[in-house]
Amino acid sequence: MLKIQNLHAEIEEKAILKGLNLSVNAGEVHAIMGPNGAGKSTLANIIAGKEEYEVTQGSIELNNEDLNELAPEERAHAGVFLSFQYPVEIPGVSVTNFIKTAINETRKAKGLEDMPAKDMLKKIREKSELLEIDRKFLSRSLNEGFSGGEKKRNEIFQMAMLEPKLAILDETDSGLDIDALKVVANGVNKLKSKDNAVILITHYQRLLDYIVPDYVHVLHDGKIVKTGDASLAKELEAKGYDWIKKELV
Amino acid sequence: METLKDKILSSYVAFENNMNINSAVHDIRSKALENFEKLGFPTKKLEAWKYTSLNSLLKNDYSLFPDRGRSIELADVKKYFIHDIDTYKVVFIDGKYSSFLSETTHDNFDVCLMSSALTKPKYKAIIENYFNKAAKQDNLTSLNTAFASEGAYIYIPKNIEVQKPIQIINFTTGSEAATMIQPRNLIVVEDNAHVQIIERHQSLTTNEVLSNVVTEVFAARNATIDYYKIQNDELNASLVDNTYIKQETNSEVAVHTFSFGGNITRNNLNFFQNGEHINSILKGITIIEGKQHVDHHTLVHHIEPNCESHQDYKGIFNERSTGVFNGKVVVEKEAQKTNAYQQNNNVLISDKATINAKPQLEIFADDVRCSHGCTIGQLDDDALFYMQQRGISEKQGRGLLMFAFANTVLESVRIPEVKSRITKLIANKLNVNIGFEV
Ligand SMILES: Nc1ncnc2c1ncn2[C@@H]1O[C@H](COP(=O)(O)OP(=O)(O)OP(=O)(O)O)[C@@H](O)[C@H]1O
Ligand SMILES: [Mg+2]
Repeated sequence: MLKIQNLHAEIEEKAILKGLNLSVNAGEVHAIMGPNGAGKSTLANIIAGKEEYEVTQGSIELNNEDLNELAPEERAHAGVFLSFQYPVEIPGVSVTNFIKTAINETRKAKGLEDMPAKDMLKKIREKSELLEIDRKFLSRSLNEGFSGGEKKRNEIFQMAMLEPKLAILDETDSGLDIDALKVVANGVNKLKSKDNAVILITHYQRLLDYIVPDYVHVLHDGKIVKTGDASLAKELEAKGYDWIKKELV
Repeated sequence: METLKDKILSSYVAFENNMNINSAVHDIRSKALENFEKLGFPTKKLEAWKYTSLNSLLKNDYSLFPDRGRSIELADVKKYFIHDIDTYKVVFIDGKYSSFLSETTHDNFDVCLMSSALTKPKYKAIIENYFNKAAKQDNLTSLNTAFASEGAYIYIPKNIEVQKPIQIINFTTGSEAATMIQPRNLIVVEDNAHVQIIERHQSLTTNEVLSNVVTEVFAARNATIDYYKIQNDELNASLVDNTYIKQETNSEVAVHTFSFGGNITRNNLNFFQNGEHINSILKGITIIEGKQHVDHHTLVHHIEPNCESHQDYKGIFNERSTGVFNGKVVVEKEAQKTNAYQQNNNVLISDKATINAKPQLEIFADDVRCSHGCTIGQLDDDALFYMQQRGISEKQGRGLLMFAFANTVLESVRIPEVKSRITKLIANKLNVNIGFEV
């Protein structure tokens, strides 16, 4: 599904990704861990198409299509979803109206009519129940004044509404309390299928108890320096990153 | 060549012919004319007119007392009314009352015409108490006062809550020439009374229109007034709106000004607080493009203690449009515990657009809370990326962000039909499919 080869990227002439390789197949869950500043969010943003980052070398393909050629919204239409590490507040647009607009714009791009209001409401009801979101919450301005955990839960609600092919969750677990983590993880698991894939960026092994990854990667200094199975995350939790850095020299 | 000023001055004799010159009101008019003669039209030399020039408008050869305009069909102008609810309507065509389009009342309160109020004995006491009592004696107000003869007259006695909003609409048809009209409105709301007003000026002609309007509003104790000004006129129409609001203890007056249309629009919105625990609310949304110009000059005069004022103006300027915001707040020495809040946020969509924004605080009391903030910026790139990430195109995203930026001002609009109408106008103006019901 996703194939990243020798990706180099920089921002303001500062190299951040330095030859990164990653392949994700449909049906898989990948976890990416790594120290602060390693480039995890950068990778997520580049896959989503943020323009500030300049890709200087390498390729990103989604289902054999070159993503570098696509605008962010076109990538979204192709099935890329990014749950942001820091979701943006947008006063004046309610959660409901925002998600309706997002769904209908995506449908429009695919040549489909707007989703009938009745179906939209039904879907909103289902997904908000899945993520245990109070309906009143949905009429508030998007992310404005939301607590850290509420923002993350709202990201996953949007993911549930949009049903992406490739979901990248950038530290969605940070800021969630233990109960909320279970609810969100359960939501993600329900959405998982053999046709879609998930990339979890996280610092904590705990999330991976609930969403079990097929692969765990360590991203360090702009490259994936180690890949293993779920047990690697446990090892990292116990030992930190120093031993990996030492292995590298 | 005869200037517009000369033309106006020399037309006064003919105007007087139709007036009762032995009245107190006519004394006021004559004095106002003298004042205008002395002051003339404002020029850029005046501090208050530094960024707004009327020169391009004063060149036109206006018809000052247009003939009764062509009759207009309701079907053609229905869209300019808020028509999905029951309202009172005071409608003028080329400055003259249209009984056909209007719906007035004298039931327990008066929604009628200034021309009757100025002449009929029944209204004499109120006119003597209120007419020209709040208005400043500046150039354009004086000019309006000199010719004051028609407009809306609204009198709400004690304890009456008017159930239906009142729409004041001025149409101009000026089929033969450029037209200048000078409507004069008087609104008196007594103790504990309540009224909602929607005001609109609409050109139906391709000829130039200049409206110089004066509205005086009096809110007595505990009165509440909601006033909505919808400025979405054609590009050949310019407007100077002079509004003077006098409030007494415990009253609340909110004025929302929506400026989307017109050529040059100047709003002089003045609040005078004569009592305690008064709340004055001034809100505005300006969205313009091309060479449009909108100028908001606001004044809130805090005279007594324990009062509040809330100003929130948002502006979106595209192409070569220009905006002015000058928000003056005066807090007198006696006005302790004043809470005055002023916010003015602007987005410039094009690098050719300009905004001149200036808060002007004159505070003579020491125990007050006055805050003001002014921003001029572009759209938030991170927010735009967030929207695009969810599948919303860049163009729609920009539209939606601007919509959201402006939209927060609508939270205080209390007439749902006005709110949804303005929401649609904004969506239209920004060319954004907001993709949901409002
Ligand atoms: N807009 C930017 N301007 C300058 N430097 C940036 C920018 N965005 C990211 N960087 C830098 O790139 C590096 C990688 O940042 P990134 O956010 O990808 O790290 P991360 O792995 O997600 O870290 P964390 O675990 O703290 O979230 C950091 O050194 C960061 O300061
Ligand atoms: Mg990060």
